[in-house]
Amino acid sequence: MNTTQRSGVLNFMHYRYFKLSSMLMVAAIVTYVLAPVGDEPYGGTWLGYVLGIVSALIVLLLLWYGIARRRTPRVRYQRPHPKNGGHKQAGSVQPDFSLRRWEDRGRHLAKDAWSHGGTLQGWLSSHIYLGASLIVLATLHTGFQFGWDVHTLSYVLMLLVIASGFYGMYAYLNYPRLITLNMGEETLDDLLHKIAELDELARIHALGLPDEVNALVLKARQETRLGGSLLRQLSGKQRNCPTISAARQILQLGSKYIKNEQPELMRDLYAVLLRKERLVLRARHEIKLNARLQFWRYLHVPLAVALLAALLAHVVAILFYW
Amino acid sequence: MAEPMVLPLRSTMTFGVGIREDILQNWREELAKCRVNLRVNAGVVGISGQRGAFRITLATGEMMTAEFVVLAIGLQGNIRKLGVPGEDFPRVQYQLDDPDEFNSETIVVVGAGDTGVENALALSKQNRVIFINRQEEFTSCTKANFDLLMAEVTKGRIETRVSTRAERVEENTGNDFPLVFVVQTPLGLERIECHRIIARLGAKPPRQLVESFGVRFPNSDSTAVPQLSEQYESNVQGLYIVGALAGYPLIKQAMNQGYEVVEYILGNPVEPADEALLKAKFTGVPGVGSVSEGIALIRRNQPLFAALTTLQLREFMLDSTVWLPPCGDMLFKRNDYSNSFFSILTGSVTINTEGKDGAVAAFQLAAGDFFGEMGLLSGRRRSGTAVAGDNCVLVETPRRSMLKLLYSVPGVRRRLDEVALKRIVRNSLDSSLPESELEHLVQDAKLKQYAVGETLFNEGDKADGLYLIRRGSVVVSRLIAGKEVVLAYVSAGNYVGEMALVSNMPHSATVRAASPTDAILLEAERVNAVMERNSSIRSKVDSRYLERIGADALPPDDEFSGLVKFLMTHGVGEATDVLLIDYSRCIRCDNCETACADAHGGIPRLNRAAGATYEQIHLPTSCRHCEHPHCMKDCPPDAIHRSVNGEVFISDSCIGCGNCQKNCPYGVIQMAAQNVHEQRGIWQIIFGTSGREPSPEENADGSSMSKKAVKCDLCKGISGGPLCVNACPTGAAFRISPEGFFSQVARGSKPSQKEPG
Ligand SMILES: Cc1cc2nc3c(=O)[nH]c(=O)nc-3n(C[C@H](O)[C@H](O)[C@H](O)COP(=O)(O)OP(=O)(O)OC[C@H]3O[C@@H](n4cnc5c(N)ncnc54)[C@H](O)[C@@H]3O)c2cc1C
Ligand code: HEM
Ligand code: HEM
Repeated sequence: MNTTQRSGVLNFMHYRYFKLSSMLMVAAIVTYVLAPVGDEPYGGTWLGYVLGIVSALIVLLLLWYGIARRRTPRVRYQRPHPKNGGHKQAGSVQPDFSLRRWEDRGRHLAKDAWSHGGTLQGWLSSHIYLGASLIVLATLHTGFQFGWDVHTLSYVLMLLVIASGFYGMYAYLNYPRLITLNMGEETLDDLLHKIAELDELARIHALGLPDEVNALVLKARQETRLGGSLLRQLSGKQRNCPTISAARQILQLGSKYIKNEQPELMRDLYAVLLRKERLVLRARHEIKLNARLQFWRYLHVPLAVALLAALLAHVVAILFYW
Repeated sequence: MAEPMVLPLRSTMTFGVGIREDILQNWREELAKCRVNLRVNAGVVGISGQRGAFRITLATGEMMTAEFVVLAIGLQGNIRKLGVPGEDFPRVQYQLDDPDEFNSETIVVVGAGDTGVENALALSKQNRVIFINRQEEFTSCTKANFDLLMAEVTKGRIETRVSTRAERVEENTGNDFPLVFVVQTPLGLERIECHRIIARLGAKPPRQLVESFGVRFPNSDSTAVPQLSEQYESNVQGLYIVGALAGYPLIKQAMNQGYEVVEYILGNPVEPADEALLKAKFTGVPGVGSVSEGIALIRRNQPLFAALTTLQLREFMLDSTVWLPPCGDMLFKRNDYSNSFFSILTGSVTINTEGKDGAVAAFQLAAGDFFGEMGLLSGRRRSGTAVAGDNCVLVETPRRSMLKLLYSVPGVRRRLDEVALKRIVRNSLDSSLPESELEHLVQDAKLKQYAVGETLFNEGDKADGLYLIRRGSVVVSRLIAGKEVVLAYVSAGNYVGEMALVSNMPHSATVRAASPTDAILLEAERVNAVMERNSSIRSKVDSRYLERIGADALPPDDEFSGLVKFLMTHGVGEATDVLLIDYSRCIRCDNCETACADAHGGIPRLNRAAGATYEQIHLPTSCRHCEHPHCMKDCPPDAIHRSVNGEVFISDSCIGCGNCQKNCPYGVIQMAAQNVHEQRGIWQIIFGTSGREPSPEENADGSSMSKKAVKCDLCKGISGGPLCVNACPTGAAFRISPEGFFSQVARGSKPSQKEPG
């Protein structure tokens, strides 16, 4: 919505972190091209060391994001007015309300942002850009010398973390809007509740109809799956969804049951199943969008931890065997 | 609990912080020792006669006589009971203090008003609830409550019986259920076995009854309290009034007054409980040696309070503070959010104001004057800076005490209105306007009040004058191609209607109240005459006019109009700082709630998922820090305040009565047990373990804890500003003040997020 065009994660503080990481990458590439290359493996040159250490520091910073995100600042409560702001107050008894004095203003407005250095939005913005810059920094560090070893393992892990991060960024930028479009003010619980009501309604309608219809309705009620395994959630589909097929078959059976009030019952039942189908599709869509919004973190974070371990192994290997 | 802390307890009965049951038990025992002649279940329906020979009629028809009467019947009124045999069994309750007290019981709730429905909803979490309604339909509760109730009914969590009347209550001995509630349903008599009956049938407010005793109230305002002498005697001699009915809503005050009144009647001299406190307040004031001299000084030098009785003045002073600021000290700053009221006893004060155009002006005030009334009336930031002059003695009074005075002493209201009117006209129109012109302008000025959504005037109406918004805010809109398009939002301290005055044509737009609004209507003729004579005001109004037509020329923005209407219908018009979430960025991680909970003892003060959504803008359930906070309305210990920065917060003196929770139309106040909550350390975060957290409802010894009201305090005391905003990883959460939001849009630029802090 353009009426609230505020800075986002990508253009946070006028692209502050984009500029920072671009500078890092340009500087690394220029030095790489210009600096003399020796015979030894690249990571072992002075530039290799510099790039390696910078990359590792960045990785640690990115990992720290996971902690910053969960940590709240220390609460520093200020006492209301310890000494009446220097004013002479007649008498010594305070009235029973904590009216803060004029001098207290300003103290409260301390602008030192979040106690661990900035808003979380700033953290994420730097996370994304610095994370992306690793592609250049770490690659140059390797000097393109890859093999089947722990060194290359850490490199590959890093690329996987970054790849999942890029997907995450895509998801964060796109899915929230779609979720609101699909759900409006309703929650998944609301939908489930309505679906249950329609199931009950369908059952009541079907009571006056033949067994064949009742069986369809029962199947639609018992075998319609909304979520399920991760893959199901991500796809947002159920093959041969019993609700959808029940609705179709009711339509076909319409010509068969035409006794007494059967046509009306069939018509009403069809309407109920159709409404349920809408809701089921919406609920699946909601589950799908949420799964797509969230699941990548289950790759991103464990891989990041694995990266940390591999990196440690890499450094230990270097220090001891080189 | 034992608020107000500063007041000593006079009564010989004990009272202190404690559990309700213990306190009541103590009183019962001590009362028995005092050999008080106590009659229970004896509702008084009439009092007549005079001092020395009162005749008192009970509901049973019985009569008794008395020399004196002390009325302490509180404000709860006569609670309506079931009116059937068994209505007074202990398990038949007419009140529900804490729904969590009951667990796994079968409870019948009677009474389909909002209280009954809310009780049933709250109880249904832990109990089987049967809800009984006399009527066939639920018409006496709000739509929202009805929907909630129906949701629980469809889930099978609450059973209902409609068109059902109580027949009798029987005690049961045969099984687990102590009560049998016999009711008449449309299908015949039904015996409902239950543990408890909770009947919420309303109460008859006591005012009418009290008036029938001959007691007079100063006005018809529902908050008015009867006028009393210094010894709590009403206009009916020999009839004394104490406690909540006399306007003292706390237990300790009520006990003290009861004690004092009995001593007065017995003819024993008693020093009022507040004597020492008041004395301390006046020490240091030149020429004042005692409380009565202090009171006399106020009477002499501050005509505003001339109409107050000594009792009212004493109470007023008990809430107030006397200041002796050195010359040149700043008392408050322009744009501060404080809303206390100052009256000058001696010396002088200078007020420096700054107009919208940056024009500065200074006003000199002297003994007998007062200031700070603008913030009180408008609920907005201070409009000027106040600086102390020589030999200043000031009385500063908190908002609530001042409002109480305004409502209970008509003289105060009238005088304050007169002075405030001129100041507001001067402030919002032209600060250089001479006094004579001001006098001319405000003659016949009308104060008009509007409810939310009411129109001040319609597009095409004949121009009747200039509307100064004294309190609240309005939205200006116009019909364009058959659609109502919002053009501007105008807040208190500004005016509307000038376009019609300047151009001498009908109103070019419709103006509607966006929150409860007070406007002062200045007559068109007078305004025009004054503009003719004073070129400065003319040019000011003209430039405002140009500004407005400039703004009107903006292409109509449907999206914006829709958003404004959405925000207005959800009460954002009366907000000062509201949390919005841009749902197109919100990843639904609820970190806003988690961070809020971490910083506030484990209880989040916002509910992200709840609340309304318009397109991609979501308005979560969280405090908006209203201009005139509804929560402050009825707080016995006056525990809710607004700080200079604008945040409305609840102080430690909260007694947990729940009034604010009931009064908040936005449902953002919760009653929560106070517990110790440790912040998590890094290792706890990494390994996902939680800090030591006692279970929320219980103390270490298992006794249930007293609950207090909690709400958003805008992270007061945490540097960096509100955590809900700072802890949002994608920047979806942001806070706005409607003023900033709309003024930026009106100027054509899109609003940006308030900088944190
Ligand atoms: C949930 C809650 C919690 C609170 N917590 C605190 C607290 O912690 N600390 C505190 O200081 N204050 C607290 N208060 C406020 C306090 O309870 C009241 O201000 C106080 O009880 C007022 O005392 P009262 O004697 O004036 O009136 P009440 O306590 O209301 O007593 C009035 C009595 O008169 C009787 N009566 C009424 N009409 C008649 C009639 N016609 N004939 C005969 N008898 C009649 C009533 O039955 C009642 O017994 C709380 C209030 C609530 C609602
Ligand atoms: C993100 C962090 C890092 C990654 C992804 C990474 C990856 C790699 C890779 C893939 C190689 C090439 C291995 C090979 O030649 O077979 C390498 C070499 C090397 N790295 Fe790193 N590295 C990182 C950090 C570091 C750090 C912090 C140091 C120093 C303390 C370091 C020191 C070296 C050295 C000395 C070599 C050359 C040794 C060799 O070629 O066998 N690296 N690194
Ligand atoms: C080596 C590189 C990286 C490491 C070690 C790393 C590590 C982490 C960690 C530990 C988290 C915290 C997860 C959580 O709190 O649940 C995280 C979150 C995230 N990362 Fe990365 N990351 C890296 C690179 C990237 C890149 C390149 C991007 C994007 C282009 C990215 C995007 C994200 C996003 C969008 C989140 C989720 C933010 C949130 O929900 O608060 N990451 N990352």
